[in-house]
Amino acid sequence: MAHTGHDATSYAPPAELPEMELAHPKTFIGKYIWSQDAKVIAIQYAITATAIGFVALVLSILIRLQLGFPGTFSFMTPETYLQHVSMHGMIMVIYLLTALFLGGFGNYLIPLMCGARDMVFPYLNMLSYWVYLLAVLVLAASFFVPGGPTGAGWTLYPPQAISPGTPGIDGGIILMLASLALFIIGFTMGGLNYIVTVLQARTRGMTLMRLPLTIWGIFMATVLAMLAFPALLVAALMMLMDLLVGTSFFMPTMMALGEQTGYQDGSPLLFQHLFWFFGHPEVYIVALPAFGIVSDILATHARRNIFGYRMMVWALVAIGGLSFVVWAHHMYVSGMNPYFGFLFATTTLIIAVPTAIKVYNWVLTLWRGNIQLTLPMLFSIAFIFTFINGGLSGLFLGNVTVDVPLADTYFVVGHFHMVMAVAPIMVVFAAIYHWFPKITGRMLHSGMGHVHFWVTFIGTYAIYYPMHYLGFAGVPRRYYAYGETGFIPESVVTLNSAITIAAVVVSLVQILFIYNLVWSTFRGREAGPNPWKATTLEWQTEHTPPRHGNFGKELPVVYRWPYDYSVPGAKDDFIPQNVPPEQVEMLPEGAVGAGR
Amino acid sequence: MTTTLVFLVALLVVFLGWIVRQSINVKPWAAGGLQPSETDHLHPAATAARVGLGVFLAVITSFFMLSISAYNMRMDMSEDWVSLSPPLLLWLNTLVLVAGSFALQRAWNLARAGHAARLMPALLAGGLFTGVFVVGQLIAWWQVHAGGYLLTGNPANSFFYLITALHGLHLLGGLVAWYRVVRRVRRSEHIARIRVSLELCTLYWHFLLLVWFILFGLLLTT
Amino acid sequence: MAIALVLMLLLVGTVLFHFLSPWNLTPLASNWGAIDNTILITFWVTGFVFVVVNLFLVYAIIRYRYNAARRSSYEPENKSLELWLTGITTVGIAALLAPGLVVWGSFVTVPDDAHEFEVIGQQWHWSFRFPGEDGEFGAVDPRLITEDNPFGLDPDDPNSLDDVLVQSPVVLLPIDRPVKVLMRSTDVIHNFKVANFRAKMDLLAGQVTYMWLTPTREGEYDVICAQLCGVGHFAMRGRVEIVQQEVFDEWFARQPTFGELQARAAPDPVAGEQLYATCIACHGSGGEGNRDLNSPAIAGMDAWSVARQLKNFRSGARGTHSEDIYGQQMRPFATLLADEDAIRNVAAYIETLSPVRIEPTVAGDARRGERLYRTCANCHGRDGQGIRAVNGPALAGVDDWYHVTQLANFREGVRGRHHEDMYGNQMVDMAQMLVSERDVRDVVAYINTLAAPGRTMATAQLGAQGDD
Repeated sequence: MAHTGHDATSYAPPAELPEMELAHPKTFIGKYIWSQDAKVIAIQYAITATAIGFVALVLSILIRLQLGFPGTFSFMTPETYLQHVSMHGMIMVIYLLTALFLGGFGNYLIPLMCGARDMVFPYLNMLSYWVYLLAVLVLAASFFVPGGPTGAGWTLYPPQAISPGTPGIDGGIILMLASLALFIIGFTMGGLNYIVTVLQARTRGMTLMRLPLTIWGIFMATVLAMLAFPALLVAALMMLMDLLVGTSFFMPTMMALGEQTGYQDGSPLLFQHLFWFFGHPEVYIVALPAFGIVSDILATHARRNIFGYRMMVWALVAIGGLSFVVWAHHMYVSGMNPYFGFLFATTTLIIAVPTAIKVYNWVLTLWRGNIQLTLPMLFSIAFIFTFINGGLSGLFLGNVTVDVPLADTYFVVGHFHMVMAVAPIMVVFAAIYHWFPKITGRMLHSGMGHVHFWVTFIGTYAIYYPMHYLGFAGVPRRYYAYGETGFIPESVVTLNSAITIAAVVVSLVQILFIYNLVWSTFRGREAGPNPWKATTLEWQTEHTPPRHGNFGKELPVVYRWPYDYSVPGAKDDFIPQNVPPEQVEMLPEGAVGAGR
Repeated sequence: MTTTLVFLVALLVVFLGWIVRQSINVKPWAAGGLQPSETDHLHPAATAARVGLGVFLAVITSFFMLSISAYNMRMDMSEDWVSLSPPLLLWLNTLVLVAGSFALQRAWNLARAGHAARLMPALLAGGLFTGVFVVGQLIAWWQVHAGGYLLTGNPANSFFYLITALHGLHLLGGLVAWYRVVRRVRRSEHIARIRVSLELCTLYWHFLLLVWFILFGLLLTT
Repeated sequence: MAIALVLMLLLVGTVLFHFLSPWNLTPLASNWGAIDNTILITFWVTGFVFVVVNLFLVYAIIRYRYNAARRSSYEPENKSLELWLTGITTVGIAALLAPGLVVWGSFVTVPDDAHEFEVIGQQWHWSFRFPGEDGEFGAVDPRLITEDNPFGLDPDDPNSLDDVLVQSPVVLLPIDRPVKVLMRSTDVIHNFKVANFRAKMDLLAGQVTYMWLTPTREGEYDVICAQLCGVGHFAMRGRVEIVQQEVFDEWFARQPTFGELQARAAPDPVAGEQLYATCIACHGSGGEGNRDLNSPAIAGMDAWSVARQLKNFRSGARGTHSEDIYGQQMRPFATLLADEDAIRNVAAYIETLSPVRIEPTVAGDARRGERLYRTCANCHGRDGQGIRAVNGPALAGVDDWYHVTQLANFREGVRGRHHEDMYGNQMVDMAQMLVSERDVRDVVAYINTLAAPGRTMATAQLGAQGDD
């Protein structure tokens, strides 16, 4: 068969790359703190992101307590409510998800899966983490300055963000903007590494079309981030100038609490354009790595090649490209020129096509597979389910007319949490359960894992699915309390209480997950080098966990794509990427046919 | 946003073309080694350092494109824009920056020819011209300020200060890299190492010169 | 296999929830039934895809569950299948997009016969303007906004004098007449949302946005703000009443024009002094109040806030709740004031009275109260001096026991829940943040620390400037 295509000339060209010099420190501090090993940096990123992510999780519980049981907690004033909402959003989107997917998984997986010893600029990579940490610390500091963190919403729309009377105006907003600028600088350092490593440091035989989709996803996301983050940086710098020196880039002639402000004729819409020019690609910066990772996990645990690999790559690239021309769909009711609505509704709905193709291909990968319901697989299935739901609700909001009544309601909250929070987080969990054995050499505890899975999956669905219906009823978002209106029925309070209870339960089970991580790191069952019988290079390392330099004396040579699962005629149901065609153990003639 | 979109579309077209070339006639599932001609690695001249610089320059381009987009949009969105005529000094500064680029180019040429010992004066001249440019920009600020064009007076003024500052900051960042080259030359490090870092430095300078031409053109024409 | 079962249950649950959920679109009150139709179309298309894809997923999980004796099928690509799926998806997407764009076309095209009115948003208050007899809006400039010209109208523009100004957040609109809603903000971004209209749009400073609609159903509809605008965002309420043309005309005729407001004579404290005679029995000749009669001190209170409360008492917006005993006592006295001029005069007189020293009677943790007060400061000022622009009366210098009673009333809806008391309604919402009596005592204890000095100063300044 052409599929297995054993080349007569099993030739692999010599490595074009000179072997890298790696800094091998001796001391503990050199090894684990000031480390230039991408794997250690990855774990530093992951721990920092998870730590600040837990802060955001606690904030979300406080928000939910207020919404579920209004008038019960005196620590929750309208100000603190808005501050919690703003910080929760900003932390989750940027400091947790972006950092975890790219800084965490990107650092760990890119060199390993490409067959490289390390990132191409290890020193810059280390610096990237420390700047990120500084950004997180500056952000965290805003909780402790007088007036507290900003309460302008994570979108930081001016004039509100820098008007007198907005919570956090005394310092929180400055720290927020400074922290964002730092994050972007740190990210650029890391991003340079991710892109150049994928382009330059692939091992022999690892052509672009043999890259695992994980790498494609992370690579495309990094490209998007490198081009989109500058928009946020420009906006942050201009807003800082408006705030600190009194320019009027964004600030219109306006009053604030009854007094003239001195700002003149600035354009609040300009900020929104810049913000969403970054903000929309940001959605895909989080989503594309998730798309990539889940593809690999599905293939591995269904023992089947990913269906339509090239289509998957093209879809990733198409989504990435299109994500730059849809930004104004966040602004249908912002007062921009209404005729933009036609253009942006069209581009937005076009992007649904490649996205739908990805979903089909995931499901078709399971189709005629041999599905092992391991924890990574369970989380991946949960991802597909939530992503379908969230993707479809996106068709409501992307279509300009439908968006008008739903904008700024709980429909939006339900939609973006489903598609941008729950779905990617499911992939994060799938990925952790999948790669934990490689990172630590031990399996995560399966019992705890199953509790974690079921509660998280069903719980999050129970939280976010009903929110869409609050949106239909017209319940606005970012409200501290709903008071009395003619259109919000009493039953909404009951529903909100139920959602809050679900949210508390889901949050509590994350503690179990963290406990599982710690417990299994020391007590987990030994995993061996390749517990999932996976094909990609990270499972073929000489040591588990891989040492600094990743591979043994020789870098692996790649002879095949990463999806040689259940190849007809082969003895095992997987063939690692670095196995040359002539070394594949075949079944005796006549025994073939287990494929159907 | 038109400016930015044009840049992005151009970038993405190149990128897409590259991906399509890599994938359209390829059967990813075919196993086996590769013929030397099939290797999809970039041209041998594309070293990690050069590709890294290229990516970095793309990011900076995006940054400046967005600044220019913001400039144009702010100009269109309100009617309060009162253009400021850039001081004549900027022409002189431009010449100085061109001279800086030339000097660095000369140093790089010498390095390529293997004359490590003789490139120091040209290298220093490059840094010096750049320093003069930055000081010149500060004087231009002072002139503009003295002419009554205050930072907060008009968005045109605000943008003038903002984009010159952003450009200047990028040059100052470049001077750090330049200083590292100077140190290497002084320590008489191996010519190959000097060449690599000097090359990156020079290309960065040319790029910032180009950016300055565009920004200056923008200031002159609006 | 549990996962297949759970997916199936979630799928069934999702569909059932959709049909059984009591939370659905509010009754439509405008011409935008077309928007509802696009929602419905989207529902059917996406719902179909959701069910089909997930059923297929469930089937695949069951049918291809792990079996050590079986191998997966090896099939890297299937071009025709992928093309078919892409094609079908594209058609489905087009089916969603086309009606959306058509409706958007009508959404952005205002009919020629539409009449116009303007919504002005500010933190945290709605007001409205109609163009008046000439059908033209007068020019506005935010730099002209003052306490006496809150709309920022240009008095030199001939078009502005007949503009009809509605300063309360309640507006009436005639049924079945298309209306173009022009919108602007004087500060941050707001969003004028009436759920029943479907249409909504942001309000920005420095630019006028618009939308149009035809009200089709009589009734009263809540206006809420749908764009985060600060601490009072959730309490920024208003009301649109859709009425027959005659009712609208009658209401419209009662609204003052800009010219009338400009020409209105300044209030006369001397005339107010005579009217004040009826107040003396309870509030004292110097406005010092009388605790035994539950009459608070009123000396030196800002005229605008006194006038507002007197109007509320007179109209029954305050003092009619069955549990508001002291309010009920006040009401008959307010009805003695013949008209608005009388109210303004007596309020002006009260402002001239020199404030009395307030004796603290409430014990509480002022430091804890300070934290809670941060929210109050947004409207009532950092020093409790009151901010007229956000309709927050002064708190410093008011009897603390009176604060306690009123906060309790607000929290229980005894005061402020009246249909006509829009600012009271806002305060009811805000007061929910004080969740216990202790919170109330603490915040009042903090307000006590703000008393006297700041207050005296503020009054002195106001007196020097003169007032409206």
